[in-house]
Amino acid sequence: MEKNWMKPITPTVLNKDKLSVFKEQDVVPFRNRVKEYATRIGMGLVNQTKLITAASELVRNMLRYADGGETLIEVISKGRENGIRLTFTDKGPGIANIEQAMKDGFTTGKSLGLGLPGTKRLVSEFDIKSVVGKGTTVTVVKWKNG
Amino acid sequence: MGQFLLVTIQIDLYDRLALNLEADLVQMVSKTGARGVLIDISVVSIVDSFMGRIIGNIANMSKIMDAETVVVGMQPAVAITLIELGLPLTGVHTALDVEKGMELLRKKILVDGEELDETYNTDSTE
Ligand SMILES: Nc1ncnc2c1ncn2[C@@H]1O[C@H](COP(=O)(O)OP(=O)(O)OP(=O)(O)O)[C@@H](O)[C@H]1O
Ligand SMILES: [Mg+2]
Repeated sequence: MEKNWMKPITPTVLNKDKLSVFKEQDVVPFRNRVKEYATRIGMGLVNQTKLITAASELVRNMLRYADGGETLIEVISKGRENGIRLTFTDKGPGIANIEQAMKDGFTTGKSLGLGLPGTKRLVSEFDIKSVVGKGTTVTVVKWKNG
Repeated sequence: MGQFLLVTIQIDLYDRLALNLEADLVQMVSKTGARGVLIDISVVSIVDSFMGRIIGNIANMSKIMDAETVVVGMQPAVAITLIELGLPLTGVHTALDVEKGMELLRKKILVDGEELDETYNTDSTE
């Protein structure tokens, strides 16, 4: 009982939606769907913009490096806080060195290498798991007031 | 003073549309000899690294053709997000609206001209 406060609180999922993204034309509709959910929970414009920009970066990575994948949009609640959780799952080549991939400026795509580190800065919680040859899963959470 | 090109981006662009815009604009600058490009993004709600790169490319290529690029009307939320994302919009000037953007372009081009004149003057008095 006295150790209860140490237990991580798992957020409750209030609502969810799945969307496949396999071509560049899927990006804008996906972003619009994220916006719909963010608006529905009353997320402010700045946080919405940060979340959707992060979502856009992650979905682009999925298209570019893994030929697409699945997205999950969830409305979650933890205590009094509501938020949006986005999960991006692909069956691409995976990332061998995640630490390196998370560095500003690291790219194998002749780009700016901003997507992953920039996304992490834009959201409240960021998690990436990858297995070489199997695929990559990125999960981000943006709290309504976070 | 050369003419300016004004481009208003009215929708969230698909990638191919954005790439087309980049190509078309660069061609227009070269065809018209415009000295300035105004890109109005006041209704654009999301600028990610891809879109940012397109804008940067337009600015860089215009610069090579002696034209300045001004992005006008960037929404505050977009500006805040771009900074946190870490996207450097190098070579791109920004202004609050089209009018201020035009003013900025006129000043830029004028200043360039004056600098040139001054150089000539100094040379001729020596
Ligand atoms: N879903 C993925 N599957 C496989 N590799 C990935 C994936 N996402 C990212 N990577 C790898 O991580 C690197 C860094 O990604 P990040 O998004 O930070 O930069 P980038 O995509 O190279 O450039 P930018 O996002 O600035 O256009 C990529 O170059 C790529 O090697
Ligand atoms: Mg990327």
